[in-house]
Amino acid sequence: MLATIAAVGAACALLSPAAWPQGQGHFLGKDQPLDEVIARGRYLAFIGDCVACHTKHGGVPFTGGLPMLTPFGTLYSPNITPADDAGIGKWTADEFYQMLHTGRSRDGTLLYPAMPFPAYTKVTREDSDAIFAYLSSLKPVDQRNRENELRFPYNNRSLLMGWRLLYFTEGTFEPDHAQSAQWNRGAYLVQGLGHCSTCHTAINALGGSSDDKAFAGGLIPMQNWYAPSLTANQEAGLGDWPIADITALLKSGTSMRGAVYGPMAAVTHNSLQYLSDADVQAMAVYLKTLPERNERIDASAARGATTVAASVLASGHAIYERDCASCHGSDGRGKPPAYPPLAANQSIEMESSVNATRMVLNGGYPPQTAGNPRPYGMPPFAQILSDADIAAVVTYIRVSWGNHGSPISPKDANSLRSAPLFD
Amino acid sequence: MRSNEIMKPLAILTLALVSCICVEDASAAPPVAPDTIQARAQGCSTCHGSYGQGSTDEYFPRIAGKPQGYIFNQLQNFRDGRRSYPPMNYLLAYMHDDYMAELASFFASQKLTNQAPIGKASKLDADAERLVKEGVSARGIPPCTSCHGPTLTGIEPGIPALVGLHERYITAQIEAWRVGTRRAKSPDCMHDIATRLKEDEIKSIAAWLASQQPPSPATPAAAGKWRTPLTCGSQP
Repeated sequence: MLATIAAVGAACALLSPAAWPQGQGHFLGKDQPLDEVIARGRYLAFIGDCVACHTKHGGVPFTGGLPMLTPFGTLYSPNITPADDAGIGKWTADEFYQMLHTGRSRDGTLLYPAMPFPAYTKVTREDSDAIFAYLSSLKPVDQRNRENELRFPYNNRSLLMGWRLLYFTEGTFEPDHAQSAQWNRGAYLVQGLGHCSTCHTAINALGGSSDDKAFAGGLIPMQNWYAPSLTANQEAGLGDWPIADITALLKSGTSMRGAVYGPMAAVTHNSLQYLSDADVQAMAVYLKTLPERNERIDASAARGATTVAASVLASGHAIYERDCASCHGSDGRGKPPAYPPLAANQSIEMESSVNATRMVLNGGYPPQTAGNPRPYGMPPFAQILSDADIAAVVTYIRVSWGNHGSPISPKDANSLRSAPLFD
Repeated sequence: MRSNEIMKPLAILTLALVSCICVEDASAAPPVAPDTIQARAQGCSTCHGSYGQGSTDEYFPRIAGKPQGYIFNQLQNFRDGRRSYPPMNYLLAYMHDDYMAELASFFASQKLTNQAPIGKASKLDADAERLVKEGVSARGIPPCTSCHGPTLTGIEPGIPALVGLHERYITAQIEAWRVGTRRAKSPDCMHDIATRLKEDEIKSIAAWLASQQPPSPATPAAAGKWRTPLTCGSQP
């Protein structure tokens, strides 16, 4: 009798998660079959957009090696396939969660915040385990990591202790019980795996950002695109957007109000197009409620057509009618979703002129997605318009049709000709 | 006639007129873009022309009438980084093969007629012509005509014409193959040939090719018309 109880007790102990080897078995979702956990992890990895940084152009996905240019030097992303030495093959689920949550590698090394652990810290243990299960299921590729090339003194990782003190708060996602489940799902995705604030917040000289300016927009260092404020309706604040336009923009890459471009095109291409409609909708619901913060914008210099010399306006108008109006319309209304409107288009009229100028210089095709399977594209004009012409036509679109943008100079246009386009 | 027999139809007419006038208000839907591949391909127009006919700019080639497979290979090469030219790499970054194949078909189907030679004949002609039509077998350089065709108008599905191109464009491509900024799928035949040619030979070949009168229409030969001497990764 006692032996039977002991045997049954031993069998139960074996079945408990604590008894499983750490490498594979310790998943909080232990009642789920492994292939379901892996499938969920694959989906979550799309939301986290791991592949975009952990893959170099033309490289095998997740094998790292992507050069990430920063003002401090160049970092190279590591291999996160389950190769034993070159990748994460020897990692455990515990170590993977610690890395996401605390920004420390399994041997205690501090991670550079090019890995957005200040956002990923909010990812739940369960989601972390699922992502780890997915990565562990990939084919191991023995691609050695490349040494970072950071300038002195930034190549000293202990400086990160100071950075973390200033700019990193470890934490878990706290749902707001006054809000709906959908809103909380959206908040969790945007703040955590989506890591939207990593680009959409101004970065200071130390590579950090302040929480109270989160989502208020910023120029992406080195890449020279402006990630617009998500809190100001005069930038990319979504307060007056219908939900349908937000979800179309994020998931399909184009909408009746405009298309994704620059680094955001990559985000839709690599990540958002794979999200479920419900998750994109949740993110849209959350983003619409980000508190409106217009202080910086209201304090800016005089804007609109009254600030522009008549000759510049005339020149810009002539160029616009000749080169732009056939798609974007003399009235600036465009032919959306194929040709975006320019009138009342926040990307055109916002304080930073960087994005509008770069679109005129380089054109662009939005990503090919299920919702936009045969994209219309804008041609580049850098090679056929002079600096003065670019400045005139960008000024024209920023101040016409009631747009409240400011003029740009030929020097502004010229400086963006050399901005990196494709690394 | 009684007054209400006039007033009622007049009222209805007035109402109708007023309704018509009010139709074009700001809340009317904006116009819709033409649902054509040509409209979608306007992203290419400022360098390559609305129909791929090229321009006076020497570095942006004519793409109209080139073999569909060749254009598709180049779009893939730009997207995947085998050819390095950031404005093209950027435009194609997020396109899939199926759509690029459709764009390639559009440009391939634009027939070009009555092209003038783009360059001037120069005194290096005789040597250049011999290189193009005979090659140098001792140095492993086949005649250009053996792959690009006796009239140098290319062959389907994947070998382009060499006539109707700017001299500087041809020089730039062969140089790019030599230094590796342009690559094709392995085995990369043009890389091998480009590294075997001397610099002055490249210049004189490019000048001679640009000075040739392209046939009208300049159509690539049908697939399988002749056997090419090399096995190349970009060709079936």
